[in-house]
Parts: sequence; C-alpha cells; structure tokens
Amino acid sequence: MRLTLTATLLALIGAPLWADSWDETLAAAKGQTVYWNAWGGDSRTNDFIAWVDGQVSAKYGVHVEQVKLSDTAEAVTRVLAEKSAGQTEGGSVDLIWINGANFLSMKEQGLLHGPFLENLPNAAFLDLTPGSAAVTDFTIPTEGYESPWRLAKFVYTYDSARVAEPPRSAAALLDWASANPGRFTHPAVQNFMGATFLKQALIELAPDASVLQAEATEDSFAAATAPLWAWYDALRPNLWRAGETFPENESVLNQMLNDGEVDFTMAFDPAAAAAAVEKGLLPDTVRTYGPEAGSIGNISFVAIPFNAAHREGAEVVANFLLDPATQARAQDIGILGSYTVLDMTKLDETQRAAFADLPASAALPTEADLGPTLVEPHPSWMVRIAEEWAKRYTK
Amino acid sequence: MTGHEGWWLRLSVLAAVTLGFVAPILAGLAQTARVAFGLDAGLSSDVAPLAALAALPGVGTSIALTLWTGLASTVLSFFLAFELVMWTGGARRATSWLAPLLAAPHAALAIGFAFLIAPSGWIARALSPWATGWSLPPDIATVHDAWGIALILGLTVKELPFLALVMLASLGQLPVARLVATGRALGHGRRASWYWLVLPALYPALRLPLYAVLSFSLSVVDMAIILGPSNPPTLAVAMTRWFQSADLGLFAPAAFAALLLGLLVALTIFGWHLGERLVAAHARRRLARGWRALRAPRLGAAMPGVAGGLVAAGLLALLSLIVWSLAWRWSFPHAVPERWSLALWRDTGSGWVHVLAETAQIGAGATLLSLVLAALWLEGETRGRFRRARWATALIYLPLLMPQLAFLFGLNVVFLKAGLGVDWTAVLWAHAIFVFPYVMLTLTEAWHALDPRLFQTAASLGAGPWRRLLTIRLPCLLGPILTAAAIGFAVSVAQYLPTLFIGGGRVTTLTTEAVTLSSGGDRRVAGMYASLQALMPLAAYGLALALPVLLWKNRKGLLGQG
Repeated sequence: MRLTLTATLLALIGAPLWADSWDETLAAAKGQTVYWNAWGGDSRTNDFIAWVDGQVSAKYGVHVEQVKLSDTAEAVTRVLAEKSAGQTEGGSVDLIWINGANFLSMKEQGLLHGPFLENLPNAAFLDLTPGSAAVTDFTIPTEGYESPWRLAKFVYTYDSARVAEPPRSAAALLDWASANPGRFTHPAVQNFMGATFLKQALIELAPDASVLQAEATEDSFAAATAPLWAWYDALRPNLWRAGETFPENESVLNQMLNDGEVDFTMAFDPAAAAAAVEKGLLPDTVRTYGPEAGSIGNISFVAIPFNAAHREGAEVVANFLLDPATQARAQDIGILGSYTVLDMTKLDETQRAAFADLPASAALPTEADLGPTLVEPHPSWMVRIAEEWAKRYTK
Repeated sequence: MTGHEGWWLRLSVLAAVTLGFVAPILAGLAQTARVAFGLDAGLSSDVAPLAALAALPGVGTSIALTLWTGLASTVLSFFLAFELVMWTGGARRATSWLAPLLAAPHAALAIGFAFLIAPSGWIARALSPWATGWSLPPDIATVHDAWGIALILGLTVKELPFLALVMLASLGQLPVARLVATGRALGHGRRASWYWLVLPALYPALRLPLYAVLSFSLSVVDMAIILGPSNPPTLAVAMTRWFQSADLGLFAPAAFAALLLGLLVALTIFGWHLGERLVAAHARRRLARGWRALRAPRLGAAMPGVAGGLVAAGLLALLSLIVWSLAWRWSFPHAVPERWSLALWRDTGSGWVHVLAETAQIGAGATLLSLVLAALWLEGETRGRFRRARWATALIYLPLLMPQLAFLFGLNVVFLKAGLGVDWTAVLWAHAIFVFPYVMLTLTEAWHALDPRLFQTAASLGAGPWRRLLTIRLPCLLGPILTAAAIGFAVSVAQYLPTLFIGGGRVTTLTTEAVTLSSGGDRRVAGMYASLQALMPLAAYGLALALPVLLWKNRKGLLGQG
C-alpha cells in the first residue's frame, strides 16, 4: 500500500499533468527494442543512432537497434510483404527514416501508424501550422503520420585544387562539363540523390516552376521538363564515361572524387564534405556551395508502420529526436552537422544557447555560399522524372 | 534387424531433408509464382505481369547480359581450370594457392577485385604516373563496363579455383599418366592427350559442379552489383532492385522475372547438356577416323599464363582489402597508403565484433545441422548397403541448381504467413538449405571409401550399429568431417540473398554488411568487413587441417586418410 502511494506520488512529481497518456506510452515502451530502419550508408548517421540508443536506453529503458538499409524502399517492401501476408501486428519494422515518395507510397497504402506527432511532448517545439516545413513532406501534408528529425539541403562539393571557379547554375554546369568532359557525373537516377540532381536542374530550367508544386499531369510534365531533357541531352555525352553508366549513390560519388576520377560530388547535407575531410575520406582542398538561384531543401522524418511490434518505444525515440539537446547535438559539425527542424522561437534561453555554442569549421559553407532554400516539387515529379529518364537513357 | 533399423533411419532423414529443405524451396517457388501471375490479392496489379515486365526499360539488354556473363564466365572458368590442372600435371600442391580464393566469399573477392582493376585502382596506382603518365585516373570503364567483362573476370577468379579443385580431386581416381602415355604413343601431343583422353574420362565428375557454377553465374547478385553493368544491370540485379523498389507495382513483374530467370537457368543447363553430347559425338567421330592432334593451338600455350594471372589477381584483390582496412588516407596515384591507421580495428564498439559473432553463430549452427543430417543420411545408406538413387541425388543438389531469387522472395512471404519470426534461427535454417548439399558433396566419397572390414571386425566383437558409427566411423572420418564442416561454414558465411530476404534486414552478417558498405563511400570500412569475411572461412579451413594433426598425433594411419 505504502509502496503504491509512493509510486503514485513519484509519478505525479516526475511528470507534468498533460502527460497522462504519454506516461502510459513510456511505461509500455520500457524494455522494448525498437528496430529503426535507416539508410546505413553514412557512418556519422549510424554513430548518431548508436548514441541515441545509449541515451534512450539509459533514460527510458528503450533499446534502439538500427537496421541498416542500402535503400529506404527495402523497409517499405518489408512492411508491404507483411501486410500481404496478413501480419497486422508484431511487424518487424518499428521506425523508418523516410520522406518523399516512400512516405507517400506508405501513406496511400495504409501502411503507417498514426497520427501520432501531436502525442509527442517535444512536438511543442515545432512549428505545427499547416503548410510549415515541419509538417510538409515534398508538398504532402504529413497529417501527424511522421515526425521530423533533421533538415537537409542540396549542395555541390568540388576539389578546389583542380577546379578554380565552380559553375553555379545549370547552364554554367553544362559549359563547364563541355570544357572538361568526363570530370562530372551524378548518382544513378533510381537513387534519391541522382533524382534530386535532376529536380534541382528542373527547378532552375522549368519555364514556370510553380507548376511543380501540384501533382504532375501528362501536359504539365511534358511542358515543364522539355528544357530539362534538352539540357541533359547536351550534358550527358560530357559526363564521366560519356553518361553510359553512373555511380550507385552519393557515397560512391564521394569516393570517386577522393580517387580523382571526377571533380565534383553532391550531398543533401552542407556539412557532409567537412566531416568527410575530418575522417580522411576527402582531400582537405574540397569546398562546398549551393547553386546561385538556391537549392532544394527538405526535412527528413521518422514514421511508424501500422503493424510495428514496438510502437510505444518508437514514439519515445521519435520524441527524443525532437529534444532541443538532441537537435543541438545533431547540428554539431563533429557529429552530424544537420540543421535543426525546431522552431527556435519556441525554445527558451538555455535551449537556444546549446545551438549558439556549437563549434564552427572553416570547411563549412557560409550562408552566402549556400544561397536560398527552394521547396521540393510534389513527389509525383520525382517518380515521373526517374521513369522518363530510364525510358530515355536505358538501352 | 539392422536392415529394419536402417530403413527407419533412412525414412526419417529423408523426411527431414524433404520437409526441411526441399518443401520450403517448392513452397517459396509456388508463392513467387502466385505473385507473378497476380493470384495474390495483396500484391496484384492491374497490368498483366508479362506486359509490365516487357515494358520496363532495358529488360531485353538485361536478359542478354545475364546469358552472356553467365555462359562466358562458366566456359572461361572451365577451360582455365583445366589448363591450370594440366599445367601442374594434377599435382595437389597447387591447391594451397587456391585455398584463399576458394574460402573467400564472392562479395569480398568482388570488392577487392573492383579496386584492383578500377581506373583509379591498385594496378593503375602502381603504374602511375611513372609508366602511364596519368596524374589523374583515366576515364575508361574497367569496372561496371557495359559488356560485363569485369563481372565475367570476377566470376572466373572465383569459380576457377572451385572447378580446379573438383578436377584435382577426381583426377586422383584416374590413371592420368597412363592415359597421357597412351595418347602420346598413338601420336597425339601432350596437351591433346589431356583434352582428348583425360577430359572425357574426367567430365562425368565435373558435370554437376559445372551446372551449379552455371546456375550461380546466371543468377548472381552480390558480385554483379559490385562489378557488373549498372544501366541496365543483369536480370538478377534488376529484379532484386524491383523487389526492393518503393514502386509496389514492380512487385508482380519482379516475381515474373524471378520465374523467367529460373527458366533461363533450366534452358541454359539443358543447352549445355546438348552441347556436351554434340561435342562428344563430334570428337568420337574425329578420333575414330584416326585424326591426330600433334601440335597444340598457339593460343593454348598462353592459357596457363592467363589462369595463373587471374589467380594472382584474386590473391592481390584479397590483399588489397587488408591494406585498405589499415589505411587512413590512400589517394591516387600512391601505390601504398600515405597514412596508416589501426583506428578501425581498435574501434570494437562500432559493431564489427557483434557482426562477427553473429556470422560465426549462424555459420556454426547451419554447419552442425547439415553435418548431423548428412551423417545420418550416409549411415542410412551404409546400413541399407545400396548406392544412392538418382532422384535422391537430385533432391540433395536441388538448392544448388535452383536460382535462389526465384524462391527466396516467396519463401519470405511463406515465413510471414506461417507466423515464423524473422530472427537468426530462421536465417540459420535458410543457410542450412545451401550448406547441406556442399557437406554431402564433400563427405559422401570419404564415407563410402572407408574399409568395411573395420566394421565387420567391430561387429564380430559385439559392437552394435550405433556404437560402430560413434566409436569407429566418425573418429576415422574426423579429417573429412572437419573439411566438410569448413566448406559448409564458408558457404554459410558467403550467403547473401538468404540472409537479406529471410533475415528481413534484422540479421546482419559480414556478407550483408560488406555488400552494403561496398556501395558506401568508405573503402576502408568495406575493406575491413570484406577481409574479415574472407579470413573467417580461411580460419575454419586452417582449423580443419590442424585439428586432426593435433588430435591424432599418435595415430599416423588416421592422418593418412585425412
């Protein structure tokens, strides 16, 4: 009796009143192992997830196990296979690092649990007004079916020892590649980064970029992409290996820059190159910049499948990722270097200070180098671009 | 009484193999077919799968690439292996050079080989800039080339040692010296005697291993990802991508392609079989007419050199993995790393120890399971005193001849429907499906070759069948059993697709990590996992060789048989 009373008192002191249901989540989550399906090609992200595991294990008794994917679609397939096999609970995927087409695909197929975002106490630090970046994924309203965790922005990286003045627009890139054949390429278009390269060019070249915000139709696609294909037809013969073959993803492209096979790489993370230099993966002469007209930026999310075996644990992890201290650590160039998704005006003094104290690096691009942020086109554009590209350039 | 007991033993082992290994393959195949033909409600699409498949860009090229790379690498491995064996005169010593290549899993070898031959790879680095004048790597396609040459060479480096070893093992039972002498006495040259007299006698023992190599080469995924063309890739890689694609409409065509690949493999094997008969008939006619091959074709003289060169390339590829795992910075055109570091190996918290342990656990479990089943199967044959029927042989080797992709996808769905959790025990079982045939392949001959008088003596002294098995046969066969175990373990470590599909991504082994990392940007980490992946089976072989020597120090007779 006395024990129960003490426990109740402790619980009351330990948590604010709104947290009744959150307390239940925490209690249910305790002891769970969350299988976080996340692309495993970036060792900094892998290390960060391992750090998250240590933190939530200590704080909430939730163990995080990263399932390293070579492509996020693998996790989508797995959940789909489980659904087709009639497995509506006890699924093998608890949490997925996801956005864009994969999110749309899962949401449309009813493969996601939710809405859950507003249950998370730390969602209070987000700008939740409809249309804000934190609740919009490639123009699709997330409706609480996924929770943001990191901000990404498209950038180019070049080796300043070999390239004096990098091209800062699609047109200038074509000129540069024509003058230096075989020294530039992009990841395969089936890959996220390869498709993003084409989308970036599309935004710059489309006669009217505003149509990209709506779902693509036959007509709008043909009209908007005509200049893109003309540009690409001219560019392709000057790509590495005459555009007959492409590196599988941006990591391979990084390696090619390091080997001296090409002079450029690209990333969805302005701090990626600086961190790669630290790890000995790129020469210290590399520099990072964004196109003059601005570059595509988007937010990465985590989502929970409808049949996740450890839903509560997954919510605890999603909430932990939104903690200001976690976000500040993720922004540290030595850790992840990915910009925060939080609304800084909703943080208090001490929480903000953690961001101000972060170390700087000379290898990082300045705001001026980066240029403005452009919004992602509707996901249908990416799907169609990849299909059209495959039709045009696969023999 | 013995016969009766043997009958029960045979029946239960047969049931275990059929239900445990063969039934899942058939069930998986059936499920893949259901999806392919749109019979599975959850995964059906509006378009007919065949039409959807035909509409995918590059499918025709993918199929052509599959046939070309699969056939070319098998033919090349076969002839080069034969040339190598001929060159060494069938000496067993040669095997010690081949052992590392035999033990190294495909993915590890491919990762090292890709680095070796890349425009910015080791060979180019060693020759630049002093010999080539290159300060930057040239823009030429030596890896991922559109013709699949790199893939063909990579497959050959891996399969050549396997076929050479099979040839060496079978040559031991042939009167090679007498055959060659006869050939020369009849007026043929030395090479011609090997080709016209030794090869036909040797071929029956090579047929099954060759078909397995052919089936494997046509459906290989990990090597083709690392070395093969990418736009479009071979059919096996393309369909793995479709299975994993976010576009769920690609599921049915992918399943259809899996069946198509199965058909392609069956047709190619059938075609090869026809080819054998044609060549044999033609050769017989020619020989009967009294035709003499006095001189070897000039090209032939270079063949042992090519074979030796490929073996050397394979060994260098494995060495490059170890060098990379010890490098910090190693940029073009330095022949060796500019800065070395032990940081990766020291960082035991990064997970490699855990992955190593899991790989060892699965490999050991799958091997043990296969060994027990194989021993019981063979014991059943011994007690029944009969030779294996053809259908039983087919049953055992079915997993080696069947393209893995065709049934693994369906098997994954079957697992889920049966409510079997995807964990390491499921992966262990899936590995055992492929380990068992290799264990049987290695153990059968040694088992039946044991002198039956040993057991007659034991029986006359009153030892029952189980006692004869446990106290005489198994100890006598320690050497072959350990060899079979080492091969089984190596097979398990190398499994990529079964781990990927059945493990559902949760079970990571050195192979899945190495393949994933090979598409990442850090060659040093990929090198570390790949060298671990290559060293582990090698350690198992070493143990298999060393243990009998240690245990039977005072029993020379037993060592002679190992």
